[in-house]
Parts: sequence; C-alpha cells; structure tokens
Amino acid sequence: MSGVDQLFVQLKHWALARCAGILPEAWQPLVSLLLSIIPLLVIFPTLFAAMVWMERKGLGRIQNRYGPNRVGPFGLLQPAADGIKALIKEDIVPRAADRVVHWLAPVLLVTTAFTVYAVLPFGRNMVVVDLEAGLLFFFAVGTVAELVVFMAGWSSRNKYALLGAMRAVAQMISYEIPLVLSTVTVVMIAGTLSLPQIVLAQSPASGWWPAWFVFTPWGAAGFVLFLIAANAEANRSPFDLPEGESEIIAGYFIEYSGFKFALFFLGEYLSLFAVSALGVTLFLGGWHAPYVVGEWVPSWVWFFLKLLAVLALFIWTRGTLPRLRQDQLMNFAWKFMIPMTLINVVIAALWHWIGSGPVRWLVCSALVIGAYSLLGRGLMRAGRWMPRTYRFAE
Amino acid sequence: MVTGPFLILAALILVGAVAAVRMRNLVHCVLAVAVVFVGLAAAYLQLGAQFVGWAQMLIYVGAVAILLVFAVLLTRGGEVPERALFSPGWHWGVTIGAAVFALLAWAIRQSPAAHPPPAAPVQVTVEQIGTALMTHDVLALEVTGLLLTAALIGAVIIAMNDGGPQ
Repeated sequence: MSGVDQLFVQLKHWALARCAGILPEAWQPLVSLLLSIIPLLVIFPTLFAAMVWMERKGLGRIQNRYGPNRVGPFGLLQPAADGIKALIKEDIVPRAADRVVHWLAPVLLVTTAFTVYAVLPFGRNMVVVDLEAGLLFFFAVGTVAELVVFMAGWSSRNKYALLGAMRAVAQMISYEIPLVLSTVTVVMIAGTLSLPQIVLAQSPASGWWPAWFVFTPWGAAGFVLFLIAANAEANRSPFDLPEGESEIIAGYFIEYSGFKFALFFLGEYLSLFAVSALGVTLFLGGWHAPYVVGEWVPSWVWFFLKLLAVLALFIWTRGTLPRLRQDQLMNFAWKFMIPMTLINVVIAALWHWIGSGPVRWLVCSALVIGAYSLLGRGLMRAGRWMPRTYRFAE
Repeated sequence: MVTGPFLILAALILVGAVAAVRMRNLVHCVLAVAVVFVGLAAAYLQLGAQFVGWAQMLIYVGAVAILLVFAVLLTRGGEVPERALFSPGWHWGVTIGAAVFALLAWAIRQSPAAHPPPAAPVQVTVEQIGTALMTHDVLALEVTGLLLTAALIGAVIIAMNDGGPQ
C-alpha cells in the first residue's frame, strides 16, 4: 500500500532498527511494545481534551449559548486551563472514607480504560496485539469498570455516592447484556473474535453496495442497539442517572476532588472512545473505505474520521434527549433491548443461512421492522402513559 | 511446570483467598474474591487457554463479583462488625476443609489421568472450541442455552407483572 498509509508502521520499524544497534536483543520485545503503546497514551488523552472542548461548544450551541470562549481563541485552551485547575486543587478525602479503596478506584478506572485499546485496530497493520479472542478481551477488561464504580461509591461513605454507585452498577450490568449480544451477530457472520479479522471481513467489494456490516438489515439494527447500549455503559445522557446532578448531585464521584476527579473524567471519556472505536470496527468497516476508490486515503484517516463522526453523534444525543427515570431505564433494557438483540441474533443466522440474493434482504428487513414495531408497541402499552401526578411528603 | 509467573499468580490467588476469609469488612472480602478471580483468569491465560481465561474474567469479575456486591449491600452487611467474625467452632471448619483437600489431592494423584503420556503441546484456537461446541458437544450447549434463555425470559416476565398500581 501507499507510503502515507503505512507511515507510522514504517516509523516504528525504523526506530526499532535504530534501537537494535544500541540495546541488547532481549530488550527488543519491550521496546517494540513501548513504541506501540506510547502513541496511544499521547493521542487519546489529546482526543479527550479536544472532545471536551467540542462537547462544551456543541452543547452550548444546542442550548443557544456560546460555550467556552475566554481561554485562547474560540476557547481552545480551555482543556489546558481545566487540567491546571484540577492539578493545583486540594485533594480532599473524607475522614470516614476507606482510604485504600478510595485511592484505588480512579487509578484502576484509567488503567482498564487504557488496557482495552490494546486490541483495537486503528489502521492497516496498526494494532498493538492481534489477540485471537480480541472481542472477548475487550468486554472482559471493560467489566472491571463496574466494580471500580462500586468501589468509588462505597469507599466514599456518602449516601449520594452509594446511591449513585448502586444505580450505575444496576444500569451497567443491565446494558452489558444487549451490548455483548448486539456484537454477537458480527461474530457470527465474520466467523472470528479477532478484531483485525472482523475488519478484513468488511473489505470493500467491487459492487455498488458497501461491504460494511451496518449496510445489512441485522447490521443496521445491531449498530443502533450497540450505540444505545454503549451510551448507557458510558453513563451519558439520556442514561446519566448514576450522576444525575439534580437528584444525587454527582453520584459515585461526589467525594472526589482535584486530580482524582479529573482521572474519573478521563477514564469515562477514554472508555467512551474505546467503545466508539469498537463500534466503528464492528459495524462501520473499521479502517476500510466504503468503496475501492476511497482506499487511496490512508486507513488511519478513515478510522479517525469515523470515530469523530460517532463521537459527534454522542454529543448530539447528549444535547437533545432528556434523562430517563430509573424504571423507564430498566424497562427499556429488559423489555426492549434484550428481546430485540436476541431476535437480531436469529435474523443474522437467517441471513447467513438463506445465502446471497434478494430473498434474504426481504426476509431479514421484514423481520427487523416487524420485531421493532411489535416490541415498541408492547413497551408503549406497558408504559401506560397518563398525566403524571405528584405526591409531596407531609 | 513451576515457573516464575506461576509462583507470582499462585501467591496472588492464595493471599486473595486468605484475605477473603480473614477480612473484617464484607465489602473488602468481596474485593479480595475479585482479586482471586482475576488471578485465576491470569492462571488460565498462562496455561495458553485464552478463551477460558477471558471468559472467566467476563463472567466472574463482571457478573459474579457484582452479584456478591449486591447481596452484601442489600442485606446490610456493609457495616464493620465490632469483634472478630470467627465463630467458636472455626477449628472444625479448618479440619474438615483440610480433610476434603487431602482426599481430593490423593484421588487426583492416584488417577491415571494425572500422569498422561507426554504429548506435544497443542495450541487450541477459539475456532476449535467453537467447532467442538457445535459438533461434539452440541447437546450440552443447546440444553445450557435453552436453560439460560428460559431464565432470562422468566426474569423479564416476573418483572412485567408488577401487580398494578401500588
């Protein structure tokens, strides 16, 4: 492929060859790993800063205000100012807090958030480790976040923190199931758990219809379900009950201040990027162009463009949808998301079994639309919408 | 067999297990159990069983540890007890535990399966596991899948009939 496409891979090989003359042979794997990891440790926190700025600007525009516009041109230096503020603030730990667990929670959150990047392919030949069970690794490491949230909430010894932690854990465990089930369809069709292999399965064909999985009935349904579940996993609006400011102040990280709070913030955004990157890899063709003509653009440019598009979607969702109530949240997870993902698994199996042709398009599309309308109607009926009555405490 | 990483993992698992029993605070015990689960997953990975290792991590750390957390919090066990948790008859428990361990260890040592003829180490891929599950062990897989799906749908149905307004 072209030189620009493999620029970073060539750069790494060049650096490794330079190091080979100086360092002993046994250090080679370590240096190679470091050369793969350090760019990730630089790029994604930078993306975090950019994302916070974009999000504040975007939300500001949606809410008819300017957003940050004082620090630097267009408020561009706002993330730097926020970082310095977090660093020089006093780190307060409540007297009753469980100090070890309280300290461990933000550290573990950021560590696990960085760990999942190991299996994500950012471009052609650009993956830290090509694990055979890469997708499983992603979810296995990602689940540690649930325990971390609980650790943070419980160790603070604050009722709001504990309430927030309980809400967060209940929500994350409920939405973990549709998240995993919606990716099962991709595994079934691609026939592999390795993420680079899944990307290869979506290589552009010569036809007029892109080979991305999102351009199939089961893939479109799966992608939407995946995005909803990912939004809930990331505790973002409209699923931000665990930190609902108006109800429980800030949820599980209410007792965190200074840089520990910044670490929580960083960890949340890093897992959001990771899960968006996973969505891009599974459904949007990873680093592939939709058509062969587009392959002249470097693979990593495609990947990051798609990633930014998904992140923009998340900002838009956060700005426009109101927060759910706890019972609505659970009803939506258990009575809509899980049945829908289970049906989608069956649809993907049918898609594979019928074989290529217009018949499978007809059958699978009809099944997706039918299942969606039936489940949605059931959810609406179960909701029993009526004017809300408020009761006040005496 | 006994390598450096194995010794480190064994130490981690043992320390975690002892902590899970000895800690006073129940939540600390649950966290120690989670450490044991992670250690076991790492032990599987060290044996080259990638799929089993990550599945262990996903199921045990992601689901079982969370279930334990919920159980502890919903039963108000989160408060630190005033005195030690050990009941007076703890030495009976230790004796019985040691006896069961000794019996199992003896049985395993005696079994012919414990001394297999030295075979070439096989690299089991995820694809092989999948093929085996879909051909040789398909009945067990189907029965388990049916049971779990029934449990899932049952949970939804229980939640659906919440008995009208309260």
